[in-house]
Amino acid sequence: MHIVDGALSVPVLVSGAVLSVVGIAIGLKKMDYDNLPLVGVLASVFFIASYIHLPLGFSSVHLIMNGLLGILLGWVAFPALLVALLLQVIFFGFGGLLVLGVNTLNIALPAVIIYYLCYKGIRSENPKVAAIWGAIGGAGAIVITSLMVAFSLALSGESFVLAAKAVLPAHIPIMVLEGFVSYAAVYLIHRVKPEFINKESV
Amino acid sequence: MSQGLEHSLTSWSGQALKHQASWIDDLDARVRVVCSGLFALVVVLSHHFIPALLGLLCAFILVKASKLNIKRTLRRVIAMDFFMLTLICILPFTTPGDAMFTVFGLQASWQGLLHALLITIKANAVLLVLFSLVATMSASTLGHALAHLKVPDKLVHLMLFMVRYLDVISQEYKKMRRAMQARAFVMRTNRHTWKSIGYLFGMLLIRSVERAERISDAMKCRGFCGRYYLNDEMKMGRSDLVFSVVFLCFLSLLIGLNINDLFK
Repeated sequence: MHIVDGALSVPVLVSGAVLSVVGIAIGLKKMDYDNLPLVGVLASVFFIASYIHLPLGFSSVHLIMNGLLGILLGWVAFPALLVALLLQVIFFGFGGLLVLGVNTLNIALPAVIIYYLCYKGIRSENPKVAAIWGAIGGAGAIVITSLMVAFSLALSGESFVLAAKAVLPAHIPIMVLEGFVSYAAVYLIHRVKPEFINKESV
Repeated sequence: MSQGLEHSLTSWSGQALKHQASWIDDLDARVRVVCSGLFALVVVLSHHFIPALLGLLCAFILVKASKLNIKRTLRRVIAMDFFMLTLICILPFTTPGDAMFTVFGLQASWQGLLHALLITIKANAVLLVLFSLVATMSASTLGHALAHLKVPDKLVHLMLFMVRYLDVISQEYKKMRRAMQARAFVMRTNRHTWKSIGYLFGMLLIRSVERAERISDAMKCRGFCGRYYLNDEMKMGRSDLVFSVVFLCFLSLLIGLNINDLFK
C-alpha cells in the first residue's frame, strides 16, 4: 500500500503533493481547535488499526480502515492521515518522504469520497442497513485506494504497468476483509452508541 | 517477521528510536528536519548511480554517527526491502532493453534491473537519513521543530495530540485483546474472526471518543483554551551552522554530479 521513494516520476509526485495540500487545507479549515482532541484520538485509533494483523491463509494483512475514518471525519481525514503517515515514515520506515503527498492522497481521497457516498446510508435508523452501508464504505475505500495506487504507478512509466495491474487483484482479499470488519464495527456502534454516528460529524 | 514488527509498533508512543547519546542529538531540531528533507529531494530526483550511492554512503555514515542500534535499524529497512525485492523481480521483464537472460520466452533486461536497483538505493538512503537525523528526536520535539518552521499550527497540534494519545489508546487496545485471549480467542481466516475484530475496533472507537470528550473537558477545566504554547526557544549554535554548511556542500556536490552527467 505504501509506495516507496524513488519509484514514481516527478509529475506524479508533484501533482499528488499539490492535490494533497489542497485537501489538507480544506480539512484544516473545517477543523476547529475545539475538536482537536477528538480528531487526534481518532487519528491514533487508525494508526493502531494499521497494526492489527489478521491472518489470511498463509500470510497476514493489516487493516487500513480509511473508509470508516472518512465516514467519521469527512475532509478532516486529510490532515489526520497526513500526520499518521508522516509518523509512520519517520519512525517505522513505511513509505517515503517525497511520496508522502501521493500516499496521503491515495488513502485520504477515497475516505472523503466514501464520506459523501455513505453519508445518508450510515445514518439509517435500522442498524443492519447502516452496517451494510458501513461495509460498502469499508470495501469501497479499499477499491478506490488500490485503483489510485495502480494509476500512480502506471502513470510513472511503461515498466510499472504490470505492477499496477497486480495491485488490484492483490487487494481483493483485503477488500472483502475490511468489508466484514467495517460491517461489524458499524453494527456495534449503532447498538452501543448510536448518537456517535448520527450526530453531525466534525 | 510480521510478529516482530507488530511488537515494535504497538509499544511506540512517540519516543525517539533507541540510541546512545551522540553529537547529532545536540544539533538544532530544525536543522535536522530541513537537512533530511533537502537530502530526500536531491537523492530522489537524481538519475544516476554515483549520486545515489554517495547518498547511501552518507546515510550509513549518519546512522553510525547517531549511534542508532544497527540491528534494529536494519530490521526496519529490511521490511521495506522485501517489497523492493518483488520490484527487482518484475522490472527487468517489463523494461525494454538489452537482454540479460530469458525465462519462458520473457526477456529480462539490464536496464530494468538497474532501474530497480536505483530505486532500492534511493529509498534506503532516504529512510536511513530520516532514522538517523529525525527519528533520533522524540515526536513532540519534531512537532515543535515543525511549528518553528511555520508548518500550520493546527497540523502541529494534531500531531502533538495524536502522539499523546497513541500510548493511551494502544493500552486500551492491548487490554481488550488480552480479554479476548483470556476467552481463548485465536485469529483465523474466518467470519467469526472478522466479526470479533470489527466489534473490537468499534468498541475501541467508542471508548476513545468518550475518552477524548473527558480529556477535552478536563483540559478546559484547567484553563486550556485550545492550544499549546511553544516555550522552548530554538537557537542556532556554532555546531548547527557547521553541520548545515557541510551538509549543503555535500548536497550541492550530488546536484553537481547530476548536472555533470547531463552535459556528457
